[in-house]
Formats: sequence, C-alpha cells, structure tokens
Amino acid sequence: MSAPTASAPPVAATGGAGPAPARPRRRMAGWFILPATALLLVFFCYPLAFVIWRSFTDPSAGLGNYTALLHDGVSTTVLVRTLVTGLIVSACTLVIAYPYAYTMTRVGPRGRNLMTVVVLLPFWTSMMARNFAWYMLEQRGGLIDDAFSAVGIHGVVLLGSVPGVAVAMVQVMLPFMVLPLYSGMEGIDKRLLDAATSLGAPRWRAFARVYLPLSLPGVLSGFTLVFILTLGFYVTPALLGSPQESLVAQLIATQVSKLLDFGGAGALGTVLLAVTLLALFVVSRFANLSSTTEKAVTND
Amino acid sequence: MTEQASTAAAAGRPGLRAGRDGGVGWGLRSVVALTGLVLIAPTAVVIPMSFSAGDTFQFPPEDWSLRWYQAFFSSEKWMRSLLTSVQIGLLVAVTATVLGVAAAFGLNRAGFRGRGAIRSLMMAPLIVPGIVVAVAIYGVFLRWQLNGTAIGFVTAHTVMALPFVVTVMTTSLAGYDRTLDTAAASLGATQVTTFFRITVPLIAPGVLSGFVFAFVMSLDEVVVALFLQTPDIQTLPVQMYNSITLEIDPTIAAASSLMVTATTLVLLVPQFVRRKRSTP
Repeated sequence: MSAPTASAPPVAATGGAGPAPARPRRRMAGWFILPATALLLVFFCYPLAFVIWRSFTDPSAGLGNYTALLHDGVSTTVLVRTLVTGLIVSACTLVIAYPYAYTMTRVGPRGRNLMTVVVLLPFWTSMMARNFAWYMLEQRGGLIDDAFSAVGIHGVVLLGSVPGVAVAMVQVMLPFMVLPLYSGMEGIDKRLLDAATSLGAPRWRAFARVYLPLSLPGVLSGFTLVFILTLGFYVTPALLGSPQESLVAQLIATQVSKLLDFGGAGALGTVLLAVTLLALFVVSRFANLSSTTEKAVTND
Repeated sequence: MTEQASTAAAAGRPGLRAGRDGGVGWGLRSVVALTGLVLIAPTAVVIPMSFSAGDTFQFPPEDWSLRWYQAFFSSEKWMRSLLTSVQIGLLVAVTATVLGVAAAFGLNRAGFRGRGAIRSLMMAPLIVPGIVVAVAIYGVFLRWQLNGTAIGFVTAHTVMALPFVVTVMTTSLAGYDRTLDTAAASLGATQVTTFFRITVPLIAPGVLSGFVFAFVMSLDEVVVALFLQTPDIQTLPVQMYNSITLEIDPTIAAASSLMVTATTLVLLVPQFVRRKRSTP
C-alpha cells in the first residue's frame, strides 16, 4: 500500500546492464514507453508550456503580468502567506511525524504494519470526505469549538482561517513525512547510540549528536515533499479557508474561472512552479551532501 | 540545562529508560497513539454524521436516521454524478494501466539514453502543484473544446494516474527474476508461451494494484474535475464540493461515508489477492 509514496527502486541496475540474449526484444521494449510519453507530452507538457508562455504574452508580450503581480498589492501578500503556511505545515508535520517514524523502527513487524496502515488512512480516504469532516469539526459549535469551550476558552472557530486550513493539511500530509523519515531511520545503526552512551554521552546528547544528524536526509526529503505539495492545495483552502485570507491556489482559480485571466494566473502558476523546482533542486544537493556525511559516519 | 541535570532528568523518567532496550516507553507510546487518533478520528466522524436526522452539519447529531442515505440514492443528481464518476474511473483505470504497464516495461527492459528523463516525466504530474496542472489543462481544453466531455475527463485523469501505475509496476518489475524467462526458453517455451505462463502471473498483482490506484485516484479527484465540469457532466466529488459551497446539503455526509467505505474496500482488494496467492 505504500507504493504511491515510496520511492522507486533503481531498476536501471536490473534492466540496463543485464546480459543481452534478447537483444531484438530489448530494442522493441523501448517502443512501449511511447504511448504514455505521447499522452504526457500532449496533455501535460504542452498545457504547462502553454500556461507559462501565456504568462509572458497574454494580453501583451513582455513581463507585464509579472510586474502587475508585484504591484497589485494582493499577489505578493498571498504568495508570502502561502509560503509561510507551507513552512508551518511542514514543520508541524515533522514534529508529529518524527516520534511516529522513530517508533516504527522500534516495534515488531506486526506493530509496524499496523502503524503503516494507520498513517496511510488519510491518504486512502476520499479527499472530499476528509475536507467535509474538517468542515464539521472546525465550524462554530463544532467538536473543536465545543472542546475548547468546555475548558473555558470560547470562540475557537478554525473554519474560515489559515490555521483551520493548516490543521487539515497537517493530517493529510503526515504520510508524506512519515514514510521518507521511516525509510531514512530504518538504515540507522542503533548500536551507534549505544556506543555514544557507553562513551559517556547522556541519552539526549547521544540522540542530538548521533541519531538526529543521521536522520537529517529523511527529514529534508520529507520536509521538501510536504512543502511542495501544500503549495498546490486548492480544495482545502477553498473549503476551510476564507477569501479574505486566500492562498495562492485560490487566487489562481479565481483569476481563471471568474476573470478568465490566463496571463495573470499563468504568472502566479509559473512562480509556484519555480519555487517547487527550486526546492527540489536545493534538497537534491543537500540530500546528497547528507548521504555522503552519513556514509562517512557509518564507515568510521 | 547542564549535562548532569539532564542525565538525572532522563534517569528519573521511567518511560525513557524503558525505551532504551529495544522496547517503546509509555511516553512515546502515548504520543504515537495520539498521532494515530489524529490521523483516523477526523475522517471517521463522517460515518456517525451520515446517520444524522438533522438538516444541518451539526455534529454530533442529536437524532439518528437513514434519511440522507435515502436522499442520496433517490436523488437523480447524486446518482448521475456517482454513475459519471464510476464510468470515468473505470475508463481511466483501463487506459492508465495499459499505458503505465507498457511504459514501466519499456523503462525496465529497454536500454536507451534519456531513460532518467522519461522516468522523471512519468512522475512529474505528482510533483507539479495540483492547481497549476488543473489550470493548464483547463486552458488548453477550452481551446480544444474538451471541457465537460468524457474524453476530457478521462485523458486528464489518466495523466494524473500514470505516476501511480508506473511506480507500482516499477517496484513489481524490479522484483522480477529474469532468469525465469531464460529457464522457460531453455525448456522449449516460445516467447509467447513464456509471456503468458511466466510473465503475466508474476506481474498480475502489480497490474491489479496499478488498476485499483488509478481507479481510486480518478474517483477521488476534485481539482481538475471542478474546472472541467459543466452542468451536464459532474463527478461525485464535484457534486460533494458543490453541496458544501453552494447549498448546505447534508446528503454529502452519506456520500462521504459511502466514498470512505468504498475506497477502503477497493484498495484492500489487491492486498487480499496477494495474501491468497502467497498461501495456496
């Protein structure tokens, strides 16, 4: 069940370098990728390229859409709000997921299976059902409001606010944090912790100086994944947030569906895409750095 | 905090001590249990909600009834959107599985340059922000007049389902022992026989998982479907979306419960098939 989020194993090793008794078949196999590639080129790459192109040409050629984005007073605020929300959601998800993933490495196989199923549940369950559930919980007089009222804090209505959106996002994003964390932690040699404590390090220091640095590659990939995915969320902010405090996906949707302003929406989309690619690029450099340090430490 | 103080603090907490020798301390245990609750409970509330007798989204409900299920199954609007979703989902599952399985085979078996690029391309629909994909597809579909058409929905969802099928199949093929093909050939089997007697049974579980993932992905997809909808063709999630934003229609509670139950059951199918196979 972990297939959609687990990273693909390196198949190149089995397919590319094998012996070549079936050379003609191998050449034929190459054609198998054509239909899917063609579909993606026509219905994915071309539309994306078209949106980017329109951001520079619609309504007039030039950087008009981008300067408008800087000066309209709304777009930059919304973009910053989206990025900050993404960072906060990623951070909260990390804090919740870290002990969970750590525990997964310490329990038996049955416990681990159970924990995997539980963490994947939000991923399985219908997106609309999930958002509807949060809508009920967060509304005035909902369960969250009632719970806080019971302890004397009144008027905790998360519905229609950025925190309300963030809470729901954290729930959905947990699998995307837990799984990379777990696959990173699984490879950490537990004896290193014993070695550190036997050398006199208190447990917290052994954790902070040995375990935490070794788990950083998983932390980074989980954090980046969650951050990137939250940037594109539309349904959750549209249902649980408010138009006054909208996130960038809502702004893009409004520009397209209400104003048919593909140029302006395209500019915002291009910025979003650029941030995504930048985050991926940065993390790919850091993850490599970390994995080399990891090797250095474990070989010592 | 000084070193001594924290050592003392750690020593004073039985939970941390217990966690040391492989087991899990009660502190960690309760944190994990709480996390599990946060993961499951919010979605679970839709099930009691669907049996409410009230006209609002009041939770917990004060009285119980089956009226929202009755409303769901007797409403032409809801039933039509359900039918639309299932039809589109099945078509998407078929096309995405055929294209995805073929692509994974090609990537696995053929040696050619630029394979890494193709692989990234197959995964790209997962990484590009959802709203950008939706707007991009909507933009060209407006020009190609594919908005509100079955073909439009199916192609858009197939694009988004491909990464799932390719990932599942890549994992499945990575565990495929190719010496079995050679063994079959050395025993006199033709390529066709080998394919049907060796390859197909080995990859069948992966194909089934891919099919199920693609179906569920399409059944559940909202963002692209919101843009492509017309009054004539609306998928179930779009109808659910509209029932929160446009009309306060508690029928969505019944729809949500059915969706949660159905997707969970459908996703469990490959698990059961696999279990059956492994214990003949």
